[in-house]
Amino acid sequence: MNAAWPVLLAASTGHVDPWIFTFSFITVVVTIGMGFWSARKSKTASDFFVAGRSVSVGWNASAISGEYLSAASFMGVAGMVMSSGYDALWYPVCYACGYLFLLLFIAGPLRRFGAYTIPDFAEGRFDSPVFRKIAVVFVLFIGFFYTMPQMKGAGTTLAYIFPGMPYWGGVVLVGAVITLNVALGGMKGITLVQAFQYWAKMFAISVPVFVLMAVFGFYNRQIAANVAPGETAARVEAAAIGRKPLVEKAPPDTAWVAPFGPLTTKAVSAAAAALPQPERAAYLAEHQKPYSLLYTYSLIIALVCGTAGLPHILVRFYTNPDGAAAKRTTMWVMILIGIFYVFPPIFGTIGRNLMPDLYTGVGAKGTDKVVLELPTLLAGKSSVLGSILSGITCAGAFAAFMSTFSGLLVSMTGALAHDVYGRMLRPQSNQRERLVAFKFATVLVGGIAVVLGCFVEPLEINFMVGQAFAIAAASYFPLLFMSVWWRGMTVKGAATGMLTGGTCALIAAALTNFSTLALDKGPMGKVFAGFAPLNTFWAHHPLARILCEQPAIWTVPLAILLMIVVSKASATEVPSDVRMKMLVLHAPETLGLKQEYIQEHQAAEATH
Amino acid sequence: MPPPPPSHDDVVHSESFLRSLMRRQLALSVSCAATFLGALLGLPLLNYFAPALMATRVGGFTLSWLVLGVLFFPFVWIISYLFIKRSIALEQDEVVQVERRKEGHR
Repeated sequence: MNAAWPVLLAASTGHVDPWIFTFSFITVVVTIGMGFWSARKSKTASDFFVAGRSVSVGWNASAISGEYLSAASFMGVAGMVMSSGYDALWYPVCYACGYLFLLLFIAGPLRRFGAYTIPDFAEGRFDSPVFRKIAVVFVLFIGFFYTMPQMKGAGTTLAYIFPGMPYWGGVVLVGAVITLNVALGGMKGITLVQAFQYWAKMFAISVPVFVLMAVFGFYNRQIAANVAPGETAARVEAAAIGRKPLVEKAPPDTAWVAPFGPLTTKAVSAAAAALPQPERAAYLAEHQKPYSLLYTYSLIIALVCGTAGLPHILVRFYTNPDGAAAKRTTMWVMILIGIFYVFPPIFGTIGRNLMPDLYTGVGAKGTDKVVLELPTLLAGKSSVLGSILSGITCAGAFAAFMSTFSGLLVSMTGALAHDVYGRMLRPQSNQRERLVAFKFATVLVGGIAVVLGCFVEPLEINFMVGQAFAIAAASYFPLLFMSVWWRGMTVKGAATGMLTGGTCALIAAALTNFSTLALDKGPMGKVFAGFAPLNTFWAHHPLARILCEQPAIWTVPLAILLMIVVSKASATEVPSDVRMKMLVLHAPETLGLKQEYIQEHQAAEATH
Repeated sequence: MPPPPPSHDDVVHSESFLRSLMRRQLALSVSCAATFLGALLGLPLLNYFAPALMATRVGGFTLSWLVLGVLFFPFVWIISYLFIKRSIALEQDEVVQVERRKEGHR
């Protein structure tokens, strides 16, 4: 029985705070309980895949937000704001605002077209079963990139709750529990659970923030305690908020609070360090800010376009009853996640001022755990309050990686069971066989995710999620955007653009990660030692490093350009009924064109 | 036996209807996107060319931090609210026009 596991671990590791343990445990039990409860209610394959397409706007908006706010949002943003300062703010802002692009260009048409998944859309739009297979591949690529940071969140949180537990232990435990839950519940369970988890996360991030601010000083005072460029002293004295002295590894105030800080200038700084001492200052003055601006723009493109191309988010738009509801849902999602994203940077800011020791930690002991540990500062005032609030943020972290990991499992498993098994391997399989395939695929995907998760301890949570966005931005976003708005797209153009853009982004992201892992002083450094020479190359070519670390600025235009050029070259292959498809995508649903389209298709197939 | 395919010579299936439909919707989306992108891509430029201005303290925050970390969210809500209102009105208008032109054809 799974419930016995944490208890045994607690007994074997000792030093477990009962409050923190209790809150986390309740979150897990409630999540699993809801999964089982709704498992009894979902019977058909349609229930499993898109919840019977009848979820109300409020539920759906909460569920999308709950699924979207991952370990990166809950723990990673705070950790990154603490480690890098202003530049990290682009992450929460673009995570939230990327939805606007989805709303403006994609949400309505996609819902009107009506299909279970992105591969369904790819096949329907171009009448090409081959293209479906290509599109499925990226559901898995993006999904696995996205599960790695969730697994790091799990490993970090469990290592915090059970101080004796190794990082990989947390990854395996959480991975196993969620995989089981998804295998038994399906998407219907997930909708309910995700909606609940949004509110759990909102509560878990906002309440501790307000208590911390009430005790240690409000957001603006915490920022004001850092010296901005051009100032001679901080506006708020360190003593007034109880600020502790910074450690050596922490970035200085002016670099932290101002734009173009350590995150975006890292590559140029590394290049400067490789130069002889006298040349460094001139090199930095010439290259630092322009490259930093380039980095910032590339990051913005990756996050904004990537949000509009995330498969596990897009699949939820099909659960809206109509296109207008899909739009209203997106609006509410933006409000729900926008409010949420104001809070994590506050954690990062207070963490910098009051818990600078975290700068010296590495892996699971570094700044990524600031959200979990910061409330324990209150222990000086009241030890129970500190523990309770820390327990609440741990529960929120559980909600974060559990909900996102479940959502990813559903979409990746859906791709495997629905597309690979149901359409490619055994099209004649019946509904019961497909449900069995769904469960088997869940276990397979969950297992791979756990293995990958064990490798990524040295990487920052938020950074990894940014990479998943960059891959989505260069593959699905161009595909969806261009096929919705341009009639001249052909299947060759779509496939060439999506494959080239997405693969380039994937390789760039993987190279960046391998070279970072090669720097690790732990076991990962040995595994990836072969990639160490890459770091020497980066030091001589900082621009190449930036374009690899943030590839969106060249991969997204490349994908779109290829789509246009190849489609023009193969213009004779534009689907013959493209006008009808465009009408279905864009005409108001009350005109009933969708039903007409289906009838025509059936009639056409009957005559063949 | 499936029902016979519907005829394609009415208003809804005309080329002119599809063109006006897509053009109107795209114009609305592009104008909203331009407002959003102007602000989003303009902020790094301001940070780059007017660092002193963006470092001005506003109630403890630097101006740049206040804009990005707090004010940007409500700004995007306003754009999306206006877009949804107009886009739903646009769809209703399209339906009404189709009905009217169908009447005219008879």
